[in-house]
Amino acid sequence: MELTAMFTALLSGFGMTLQIFVITLVGALPLGVLVALARMCSFKPLALLARFYISILRGTPLMLQLMAWMFAPYYLFGLSLGSDWKFVACAIGFILNYSAYFGEIYRSGIQSIPRGQYEAAEILGYTKAQCFLKIILPQVIKRIAPAIGNEIIALVKDTSLAFVLGIMEMFTQAKALAAALANMTPYFMAALIYWFFTLFVEFVLNKIEKKLSYYHD
Amino acid sequence: MSNKNEVLVHIADLHKSFGATEVLKGISLDVHKGEVVAIIGSSGGGKSTLLRCATLLETMDKGTLAYSDVVVAQDNEKGQAAYDKAAMLKARTKFSLVFQDFNLFPHWTVLRNVADAPHNVLGKSKAEAEETARALIKKMGLEGKEGMVPCDLSGGQKQRVAIARALAMNPEVLFFDEPTSALDPELTREVLKVIRDLAAEEMTMVIVTHEMRFAAEVADRIVFMDRGVIVEEGPAEQVYNNPQHQRTRDFLSQASE
Repeated sequence: MELTAMFTALLSGFGMTLQIFVITLVGALPLGVLVALARMCSFKPLALLARFYISILRGTPLMLQLMAWMFAPYYLFGLSLGSDWKFVACAIGFILNYSAYFGEIYRSGIQSIPRGQYEAAEILGYTKAQCFLKIILPQVIKRIAPAIGNEIIALVKDTSLAFVLGIMEMFTQAKALAAALANMTPYFMAALIYWFFTLFVEFVLNKIEKKLSYYHD
Repeated sequence: MSNKNEVLVHIADLHKSFGATEVLKGISLDVHKGEVVAIIGSSGGGKSTLLRCATLLETMDKGTLAYSDVVVAQDNEKGQAAYDKAAMLKARTKFSLVFQDFNLFPHWTVLRNVADAPHNVLGKSKAEAEETARALIKKMGLEGKEGMVPCDLSGGQKQRVAIARALAMNPEVLFFDEPTSALDPELTREVLKVIRDLAAEEMTMVIVTHEMRFAAEVADRIVFMDRGVIVEEGPAEQVYNNPQHQRTRDFLSQASE
C-alpha cells in the first residue's frame, strides 16, 4: 500500500476523531460549569451528589465508562439499540467524563476570585446571575485557560479510546491498517497526525491566552 | 428642599458577633443629609464591621438599620435583627461603598467599570450611562484614561475610578472603608483631595480612616470607636482637643506619635 493511500485512509478516520473532539468540548465545557456550581452549592445533598459524580467519573477508566454507556441500554433495560447508539454512547461517555475534569478546574478558578469582587458587585446592585456571568466567569476563564488547555490537549489523544466501541476514528483505522499490512507504519503516521493536530490546538490556545492577556490582576 | 436635619442613615443598638467574639456592642449612629462623619479608632475596634453592617455586606445580630424611611432591619420579638428583603433591595440604591482595596473589575475598562452598573442595574440607556461616567471620570482627574484597564493605573487612580463608580450610582450616602490605607502618601493626597471636593459639594459621607488630620479637616463629626463601642463623638476640635474619655486620650496620644 502506498503511503498516500494509507494517509487518505487515516484522514478519513481523523474526521471521526475530530467529531468526537468537537462534540466533547461543546458538551463538556458548559456542563462543567454546572458541575462546578453543583459542587459548590450550599444545598448539601446536591454538593454531595456532584462530589460523587466527579469521584466516579475521575476514578474509573474512561475506556470502561465508554463500554458501560455502550452496553447499559441492553443490560439495564433489555433494549437493543441500532448501531447508531455506538456513537451516542461514545459522545455521552466523553462529555460526562470531561465535564468532571472541567468542573474541578472551573471550581479552582471560581474559588480563586477574591471575595471583594462579589462584594463590589453586591454593593452596585448586580443580581447573583449578573455577577457570575459578567464579572466572575470572564475572570475565571482567563485564570483557568492554561489548565483547560491541558485537558483539551489530553482529549485530542483520548479520542483514540473510542476504538473499544468499534468507532472508525483514526486509531481504529491505524489498527486495522497495521493488521492488514503487518507493519507499524500506520501507527507512526497516526502518531504524526495526532501531533500535528495538537500543534494546531496549541496554536489556537496560545492565541486565546494572548487575547485574554489584555489585563492582569 | 434640602433639609439638613433629615436623617439618611439610622443605626440603633447594633450588635454583631463573630463566633464568641462580640465585635460591635450596641452602636447607635445617625447620619444627616450633607453631613460628613469620620470614624476613627485603633484596628480591631469594629469600625470596618460597622461599615459592613451598614452596607449590608454583614448581617447584624441585633439592632435597627434604616435608610431614610426604609427600615431595613429591626429586632423581632426574640430580640434578633430581622431583615426585610424588599427594604434591603430599596436601601441598596441609596448608598454606595468605596473599598480599601478598590475592588475594581480588572477585566473591564475604566469606562465600563463606571458605566456598566448604571446601565445594567439602574436601567439607564448605554449612551446616558457612558456620558455620566465620562463626566465623573473627568471630575476625578482621569480624563483620557477611559479606555485603560485597572492594572495600568496607579493605586490612587484606581481608587478614584472606584469613587467615580460609586458616584455613578447616584447614592444618597457614600461610605468609605479606609480609602487610603493601601496607598502611599503621595497617592493618598490625590484621593483625599477628591473626597474633600465631594465634602464641599455637601455629599453625605461616612469615612472610616486613619488619616487623623484629614478627618479633622473634612468631617463635621468625629466618631471614636474602641472595642466595639462608640466611646466619644463630636466636632473635631472637641474630640481632638478636649477628649472626655481616657481611651480617647490614649488613642490620640498614640496616633500623634
